[in-house]
Amino acid sequence: MKKYFNNIWLGVYTVLVGMKITFMHLFAKNVTVQYPNKHPLEKASGDKMPMNARNRIFVDMELCNGCNGCARACPVNCIAVQTLKVVPGDAPPLKNGEKRGLWVPSYTLDFAKCCFCGLCIEPCPTEAIKMTTEFEYSAYDRNNLFYKFSTMTDEEIQQKKELLANFQAEKAKKEAEAKKAAEAAKAAEAPKQESGELKIDNG
Amino acid sequence: MEHQILTFYDWVAKLSSSELIALILVVTLPLVFLIVYALVAILGELKISAFIQERLGPMRTGPWGIIQPVAEVVKLLQKEDITPDAANKPLFNMAPFLMFTAAYAGFAVIPFSSNFVPAGINLGLFYIFAMGSLAVIGLVMGGWASNNKYSLLGALRSVAQIISYEIPAAIVILSIVILASSMNLQVINANQGGWFWNWYVFGGPGSIWKLLVIPFTLGMFLLYLVASLAETNRTPFDIPEGESEIVAGYHTEYSGMKFAMFFFAEYANMFVVSALLSILFFGGWNSPFGDFMNGPIWGVFWFISKSFVFVFVQIWLRWTLPRLRVDQLMGVSWKVMTPIAFICFFAVGLWVMLK
Amino acid sequence: MSETKKVEFEYSQIDSERMRLNVGPQHPSTHGVLRLEVELDGEIVTEVIPHIGYLHRCFEKHCEKMTYPQVIPYIDRMDYISAMNNEWPYVMGMEKLMEIEVPEKVEYIRVIMAELNRIANHQIAVATFGLDAGAFTPFLYLFRDREFILSIFEKASGGRLLYNYFWVGGLAADVHKEFKEDVLKIVKQVRETNKEIADLLLYNKIFIERVANVGILPADVAVNFGCSGPVVRGSGLAFDLRKDAPYSIYDRFDFDVVTGRGEVGTVGDCFDRNIVRFHEMEQSCRIIEQAIEQMPMDGDVREKLPKKVRPPKGEIYTKAENPKGELGFYIVSNGTDKPERIKSRGTSFVNLSVLPEISKGYLFADLIMILGSVDIVLGEVDR
Repeated sequence: MKKYFNNIWLGVYTVLVGMKITFMHLFAKNVTVQYPNKHPLEKASGDKMPMNARNRIFVDMELCNGCNGCARACPVNCIAVQTLKVVPGDAPPLKNGEKRGLWVPSYTLDFAKCCFCGLCIEPCPTEAIKMTTEFEYSAYDRNNLFYKFSTMTDEEIQQKKELLANFQAEKAKKEAEAKKAAEAAKAAEAPKQESGELKIDNG
Repeated sequence: MEHQILTFYDWVAKLSSSELIALILVVTLPLVFLIVYALVAILGELKISAFIQERLGPMRTGPWGIIQPVAEVVKLLQKEDITPDAANKPLFNMAPFLMFTAAYAGFAVIPFSSNFVPAGINLGLFYIFAMGSLAVIGLVMGGWASNNKYSLLGALRSVAQIISYEIPAAIVILSIVILASSMNLQVINANQGGWFWNWYVFGGPGSIWKLLVIPFTLGMFLLYLVASLAETNRTPFDIPEGESEIVAGYHTEYSGMKFAMFFFAEYANMFVVSALLSILFFGGWNSPFGDFMNGPIWGVFWFISKSFVFVFVQIWLRWTLPRLRVDQLMGVSWKVMTPIAFICFFAVGLWVMLK
Repeated sequence: MSETKKVEFEYSQIDSERMRLNVGPQHPSTHGVLRLEVELDGEIVTEVIPHIGYLHRCFEKHCEKMTYPQVIPYIDRMDYISAMNNEWPYVMGMEKLMEIEVPEKVEYIRVIMAELNRIANHQIAVATFGLDAGAFTPFLYLFRDREFILSIFEKASGGRLLYNYFWVGGLAADVHKEFKEDVLKIVKQVRETNKEIADLLLYNKIFIERVANVGILPADVAVNFGCSGPVVRGSGLAFDLRKDAPYSIYDRFDFDVVTGRGEVGTVGDCFDRNIVRFHEMEQSCRIIEQAIEQMPMDGDVREKLPKKVRPPKGEIYTKAENPKGELGFYIVSNGTDKPERIKSRGTSFVNLSVLPEISKGYLFADLIMILGSVDIVLGEVDR
């Protein structure tokens, strides 16, 4: 019998305690951030998005030396880099002053695949690839999430390809001539022409 | 009633010299009120729950989101009305309307003011209680006709729940009837006139000796509050809908306007039980302070604000408490509330006899 | 108060038809895409068959194609609400294989991060358990606090949910300058909210009625099924890898292993499993406070990161105390930069296996509570 009344009392009492707590919260400060009106980066106080937040990736093609390290590090294979050898003396140096060894005619990043793990940032020797705080880039079409970072135009690529082909042909010719000179006796052999090399690496 | 008062119906009939207009006005006024109230209550539910949870609630539709309920109704109207293939179609389509009709029918006898009650029948209390029970038929119809296992479980739960909670509620109401010696809601209201200590929650009008009966009347109030929560399927007794267990209970398969009807019916029921609470225990349209702000027009204000307090309490409880289990719900009804209701009934009866 | 009464329902005389009910994969309280095939006699559960695999992502097979650092983002996505704890046994195993001694500061940060994540995980567990019972408000209070913890993780690692923070030999990045103050602030906030949650939810009479004497899991059954973490501790067995097989620097901290005591019902019921999680938050707070006190602020967290993760030929099994229990990784290395095989012992998977055993004979509403009290994450069950 005592337990019966005790249970009733506990039931009423704990309900009242709960009601008191929720009533106090009725007048407490709200924590909602009205997102599009208030951007997490602009928020004056509290926990705003830190600058090292891992969101959209940006690749600075002025810095990229086409080493393909990011594509190899990516666990989901969302980065694809194509490179083209540079003819000596043709290319300007990288932004940080290093010698440019490779053109990057195509650098694509599929954000539909990207898992934002940040592993691609580590191997980059020139810090060309970076994660930004930009996170509003949803698209209606999946193709719009397929980012092409390379700044080279088609003509440029064609030009560089031809340049490289010529250079390599010349080089091959020169080599062949050198060979010829060295082995004058075997002059009958014609130098073999090589076409411009397009290296495709899928990590 | 002995004294004749000029009712709203008579007043309109005299002004327009047409009984028909008066009739239509008297019938439509509660409906208009119900729709406006439902919108307010939906917004209230959204906002109160948000503030309790330290959120802001709807903010985009209109200033401070005040037209959110309108937007929701419009959205529900636009939605495709899906009837499941396996459902029993006549019953399935009828259920929400029956629910809503039952809830709205309760408004017929609710006295909004001393001079306005749509139907001033002598058995008002009995009628409102009967209409409240009618809702259970709508629930079962909806749950059974959906041909969904979750719906069926919800429907069966709700029948068991509403029927068992009607017993303590009926006994409490009977005690009030003993106190008021009338079933006419206007008479019950009129009996509680004057200052707030004349309310039935404080034992009704009487001498200092009524202190003896106050614990029982207070207990009756709590009992009826709990029973009304169960009758409207609100937390902690929302097991017919219990969304974490049986998805949405009896209205799992409903969509569009039919779902909105269930929704409206729930809010209408909330108001009916709150109105009943304020009439039976808190003096209905009487001002709490004697003649201060008393009168037919002020009566509407007092009545609606008292009822809204209980609507608020229902919302407040919903966002505070977890839900009971089916067997515990039955246990609370039969093992706790019914005996206590009987004790209160006995005590009140004794007091009225000896008074 | 403790009565060993199990709610018994006997309908055997009545000839009734059993109902088969599909709970999930889309159901509000299956905590993900779990499908339970439930056989009901009225509302009484007579049989439960969990069907898993809706979230299967071939984690173990994927790992064979990955280099070792690339596995870590995949591990994050196993138990996605306690990703820091997931990474730990893996990197610990790799460090043992490669014989790397991680710096002191790294160990302390790892402990703090793991314990913060344990708090975040238990907050979700307690919150969703309340949600299963129908209490919506405590859920949001706990989620509000969890956001503060996630902000710390975001400041450190850049991610809010999937961190990729523990690397083989160190950490991905150093913590920010005000790290200690921020963490202590959070510890204070967690304690404040927990006090409120105890009043509002855990010791509410209705809630106690719902969870006491429900889903009783005796300690021997728990051990037979291989349960770990709060599930087995709720049954009264003080099994905690942080105490029983101290890894990292856990032997330096003073904390208690919380076990279920049958406070309001029987030992091993849903209430005990839940209250163990609740009190573990407090223990985690204690560990964090001690770690903050001892932690050196200067030092390089990346100095021991190997240039190339290429462990020698060998195999190792490492385990750590995940918030949900013992999480283990069995790593087989063949001497290249890709693992030969990685097998993970999923905590939730093992804990879920006990569900059919303990939910028979209870009401359908209880089944939901039992599922909530086991606290599974489908990402880890299916992997």
